[in-house]
Amino acid sequence: MLILECPNCGVMADETELSAGGEAHLKRFGPGSSDEEFEGYLFHRANPKGVHFERWRHANGCGKWFHAARCTNTLEVFATYTAQTSTVPDTVIAAIKAKRPDWSHET
Amino acid sequence: MFEVSALNGAVADGPTRVEEAGLQGMVTLKGDLGSAKMKAALKAVGPGLPDRRQIVEKGDRAVAWMARDEVLILCPHAEANAVVTELEAALAGEHFLAVNVSDARAMLRVTGPGAREALAKLAPVDLHPESFRAGEMRRTRLAQVPAAIWLSETDEISVIAFRSVAKYVFDILALSADDSGRVGYFG
Repeated sequence: MLILECPNCGVMADETELSAGGEAHLKRFGPGSSDEEFEGYLFHRANPKGVHFERWRHANGCGKWFHAARCTNTLEVFATYTAQTSTVPDTVIAAIKAKRPDWSHET
Repeated sequence: MFEVSALNGAVADGPTRVEEAGLQGMVTLKGDLGSAKMKAALKAVGPGLPDRRQIVEKGDRAVAWMARDEVLILCPHAEANAVVTELEAALAGEHFLAVNVSDARAMLRVTGPGAREALAKLAPVDLHPESFRAGEMRRTRLAQVPAAIWLSETDEISVIAFRSVAKYVFDILALSADDSGRVGYFG
């Protein structure tokens, strides 16, 4: 069972209170982009075994979106953070590196 | 406005009693909760702005924190439209939304020694007396539907759900509160 702390309302929310929103920090390609860029934006998703950044919505709660950094392998949660950002905050990267020294953030 | 509540005051009696609380005025207010105008407006119509996830009561009115840009104002059913008018006047010029949602919701009350346990069977919330205390507004789900619950005093839990699922919520609460299914986990 995955339990994430919603950074908006502070609740330790059980997975069943949340709805998953897929990979976080995608760059949107719209009108004027190449076919390859648009295809990548629509369909290509990272599927790592390990550290992953995701969007979640506290659907049966405050209703707000937020971001979570967790390990897809162990379900370890490193941090949850605001949805109002397009990049991973340095504090979150530091929190992951403290637990996974070998991990590096690819941008 | 409706003159009949969702379940017309249905009751499931027992040591732990589930009842539909009847007509309850509810006004949803969205906007910038940090603004001075908003704080003043909430003071004018009720007890003022609650802290995060709290519900504050004053007389027959209450204000509950629902999200970082939303509060719910509880008032007598007949006064809900007046509260909306008052808020619209007080917040003129601000970016906000105030709507009378009284008839879109149903309010239920679970009272008795098994009240915590009845809710704990349905919601993924730690309802232990040391974790869940009076004054906290907890939005969560009850079995398959969203709901908001709070503890008014010892052994009395109020529940707000959508009117369309009022019967479902009443039925699952009545089943969970049935004395033959009591676990006694919370003592």
